[in-house]
Amino acid sequence: MRHFKSLVRPYMIWSFLLIVIPLLLIVLYSVTTGGNSLLNIQFTFENFKKIADPIYRQVFMRSLKVGLITTLICLLLGYTLAYVISGFKERAQTTLILFVTIPMWINTLLRTYAWISLLSDNGIVNSFLDRLGVGRLSIMYTDFAVITGMVCDLLPFMVIPIHTALAKMDRSLIEASHDLGANRRQTFWKVTFKLSIPGVINGVTMVFLLSISTFVIPKLLGGGQYVLIGNLIENQFISVGDWNFGSAISLILAIAILIMIWATRKIDTSEGGER
Amino acid sequence: MKKRKKGFSILYIALCFLFFYVPILVMMVFSFNSSRSLTKFEGFSIRWYEQLLADSEIMGAVSVSVSIAVLATLISTVLGTLTAIGLSKTRRVLKEWVLNVNNLPIMNPDIVTAIGLMILFSSMKFDKGYMTMLLSHVLFCTPYVITSVYPKVRQFDNNLANAAMDLGASPFQTLVKVIVPCIKPGIFAGMLLAFTMSFDDFVISYFVTGNGVQNISIIVYNMTKRTNPTINALSTIVIAVILLALLIGNVVPMLVNRKKNKGLKEGKL
Amino acid sequence: MADMGNCIIELRGITKNFDDQQVLRGIDLNIYENQFLTLLGPSGCGKTTILRIIAGFDEPSKGELLFNGIDIAKVPPYKREINTVFQKYALFPFLNVYDNVAFGLHIKKVDKSVVRQKVKKMLSLVGLEGFEKRDVTLLSGGQQQRVAIARALVNEPKVLLLDEPLSALDAKLRKEMQGELKKIQQEVGITFIFVTHDQEEALSMSDTVVVMNDGKIQQIGTPVDIYNEPENRFVADFIGESNIIEGNMIRDCLVKFDGFEFECVDKGFKENEEIEVVLRPEDIEIVEPERALLVGKIVSSVFKGVHYELIVETAQRNYKIHTTDIHEVGKTVGMVMDKEDIHVMYRMDY
Repeated sequence: MRHFKSLVRPYMIWSFLLIVIPLLLIVLYSVTTGGNSLLNIQFTFENFKKIADPIYRQVFMRSLKVGLITTLICLLLGYTLAYVISGFKERAQTTLILFVTIPMWINTLLRTYAWISLLSDNGIVNSFLDRLGVGRLSIMYTDFAVITGMVCDLLPFMVIPIHTALAKMDRSLIEASHDLGANRRQTFWKVTFKLSIPGVINGVTMVFLLSISTFVIPKLLGGGQYVLIGNLIENQFISVGDWNFGSAISLILAIAILIMIWATRKIDTSEGGER
Repeated sequence: MKKRKKGFSILYIALCFLFFYVPILVMMVFSFNSSRSLTKFEGFSIRWYEQLLADSEIMGAVSVSVSIAVLATLISTVLGTLTAIGLSKTRRVLKEWVLNVNNLPIMNPDIVTAIGLMILFSSMKFDKGYMTMLLSHVLFCTPYVITSVYPKVRQFDNNLANAAMDLGASPFQTLVKVIVPCIKPGIFAGMLLAFTMSFDDFVISYFVTGNGVQNISIIVYNMTKRTNPTINALSTIVIAVILLALLIGNVVPMLVNRKKNKGLKEGKL
Repeated sequence: MADMGNCIIELRGITKNFDDQQVLRGIDLNIYENQFLTLLGPSGCGKTTILRIIAGFDEPSKGELLFNGIDIAKVPPYKREINTVFQKYALFPFLNVYDNVAFGLHIKKVDKSVVRQKVKKMLSLVGLEGFEKRDVTLLSGGQQQRVAIARALVNEPKVLLLDEPLSALDAKLRKEMQGELKKIQQEVGITFIFVTHDQEEALSMSDTVVVMNDGKIQQIGTPVDIYNEPENRFVADFIGESNIIEGNMIRDCLVKFDGFEFECVDKGFKENEEIEVVLRPEDIEIVEPERALLVGKIVSSVFKGVHYELIVETAQRNYKIHTTDIHEVGKTVGMVMDKEDIHVMYRMDY
C-alpha cells in the first residue's frame, strides 16, 4: 500500500499552480498599482483605503443587509420546513428531502430566469394582481425581487443541515423531557432546538456566505443599479478594468468568509465536544 | 389536535414546494406556448423547441456546457480519486496541508476563485476560451471529488489490499480490482457532484472564458434583458434531463437494495 | 506428527523496527515442509510481524528471509508462493463466494474451465459446495472463514499463513474449526504457519510451537515439550497455570527450594546455580501433613467445573493446586509430587 503514496504528487503540483498561486496573485494585485502589467508595479494601500469611500461602504452595508435578511428569512422558513418534515415517517422524509434538493441540481441561472418571467411588469404575478383588482406593481428590480430569488435559491442549504440534525436526534430525549414535566413549548426550546443548533449554525453560515458573495441574482432580479459586493467585483474586472481595486475587495471578502467559516467550525467542534 | 397539526404540516410543505417549483413549472408550461406571451397560454406548440434547435448560438452553448461537464467530471474524478487514495497513505502533516488547500475552492466564494483564475490566465498570457474553462472546471470539481472519496478511502480495510497482493495482484491490479470497487459509492457521489457543479457553474466560467466560448449559464445571463421563450424550452429540456438522471440515480439503487434484501431473506430460509 | 521434510523457510537474525521501537530482536527460525507451526505469544510480542514479513507486507529491518534457500526479504507479496488467511478474513465484499475464491486464479489468467474446476474442488474441501453465488457479506463467521481458507489454498501455495484466523469465532465454532484446519492441512500437505495468542489452540493443533515474548523467541518445541519442559518462567507462566518457585540446583537431580531438598530428573546445571522450579497445579498431591515436607493450610477452595482450585498457604508462599477431591478450608495439609513433575528452568534475567 505504500506504493500509493506517490499518487498525491500530481495533485500537489496542480493545486499549487491553480489554487495557491491565484490567491497569491489576488494578494499581490490588491497591494499594488500599475494595472495589469507586472512590469511597473508599485506597492500601495490605496486600494484598501478606497473601500472606505462612502459609495463603496454603502455597497458593503447593502450586501450585509441583504445577506442578513435573506439568512433570517431562510432560517425561519427553513427551520419550520425541516421541523415539519422530521415529523413524518422515515420513508416519507427521504422523499420530501429529495424534493427539497432537486432545485439545487437545476442551473441557478435558469431558475432565476424563471423568476424574471413571473415577476416582470407584464408577468404572471402582475396579471394575477391586476385581475384581483390590486393593480400592477413594479416588483422587478426591488429588494423584494432580489430577496425572493435568493431565498428560493438558498433555502435548501438551510433545510438540509437542520433536517439532518433533527433526524439524527434521539426521540427518547423528547419523551424524557415530557416525562419530566416539560410542556410542548418548553420541550421544543429546551431540547429540540438546542440539539439542532449545530445544523442551524451550518445552515446559517452556508446561506449567509452564499448570499453576500452572489452577484447573479442581484444582477438579474435587481437590475444594473442594484450593486452588491459581488457586482462591485464584477464591475472592476469586467467593465471598469481596475483589477487592483477588484482584488482588494475580493481579498477582504475572502478573508472575512474564511474567518467566519473557521469560527463556526470552532463553535461546532466545541458544541460537539460538550456531549 | 393531532390531525390539525398534520394538516398544517402538509399545507406548509405544499406552500414551500410551490415556492420552489412554481417558477420552474410555469417556465415549462410556457415553453409550449404558441405565442411569445408569458401570461397567457394561447395554445400548444413546439415552435420554441424548433427555434431552439435552429439557434446555433444556444446549441453551441449547450454543447460547451455538456462537453465541459463530461470532460471535467472524468478528469476530476480520476485526479480526485487517485489523490484521495494517495492521501490516506501520506504523512499527517502533508495530508493536512493538502486537505486544507483542497478546501479553499470549496470555502472561498466562487467569485474570488474566479478572479484568481482570471488573473492567473491573463498573466500567463493564456488565450481565454474552451481550454481555460475546462481547466477551471477541473479545478473546482476535484475538491468535491476528493471530499467525497477520501472518507471512503479511510474506511477502506487495508487488509483487503494486502489480501489482493497476497493473491498475486500487482499494486495497479489491486487499485483497479479491489480499492476502486470498494470506494465506488464515494466515487459515484463525487462524480455526480462534479457533474452538477460543472454544469451549473456560471460565475467561474463567466470570468475565465472568452473568444465567444460560452456555456448555457453565460448565454442565459446575457439574454435576460429580453424574455425569450427559447430559453424556456432550453430550461425545460435541461430540467427534464436532470430529473431523469435523479430518478435513475435514486430509484435504481432502491430497486437493487430491494433485490439484495430479498436475496438475504431467501438465503436465510 | 508429520514428517519433517526439507527446510522451506528460514529466518536468520531478523529484526524489525517501527519508528524507534524494536518489535523483533533477532529471530532465527527454521520452518519445514508439511509442518504445522504455531507462533504463540501475548499481543505485541511480534508474532504477527513475523507473519507479515513472511507474507511480504513488511520488510525486515535487518536479517535474511530465505525461501527454499533464496533471500526473498525484498520480493513483493504478489510474487511469493505464499498465501495468507487474514484475521478478519479480508474477503472482497463486492465479489460473491466464487469470485472471491477465484480471485488469485483470475489474476494469474488461468483458463476459465480450470478455474471452475479448482474452485469447485476447493469449496468442497472446505465444505461449502453450492455456495458459489452467495454474497460473502451475508455469510456467517465460520462460513467466511472457510471462504478465506479456500481463497488462499486454491492458489496451491507452498506455505499458508494464518493470522489469528479463529479469534473472531465463538468458542464452540472455534473448537470445530481447529479440528477442521488440522484436517485440511494434512489433506493438502503444505506448511501452515499459524499465529495465535490462545495457548490451548496452539497446543491442540500444532506440530511445533514457537513461544514468543517481547520480540524474542522464548522456546521452540512440540506441544508436549513446551508444556512439560518450559525453558523459562515466561513460557511456564504463559502455557497453562503453574507455581513458579525460586531455588537452587544442589547438583544433578537434586534441587532445593522453600528450605527443602527434592529429587528431580534435571541435569546439566552448574552446582548451586540459581534456578526456578515449575510445579503444575495438577501435579501436586494433597496428603496427610506428616507424610510431606511441604506443609500448609488450605485458605481457599473454588470449584472450577471439573476440579477444585485450592490455595495452600505455607510459610514461604501460596501454592495453587488442582484436585478433584473435596478438601475443607482451614485444614492443614501436606503436599507431594513425583520427581518427574518438578521442572527446573534457568532463571530469567528481568
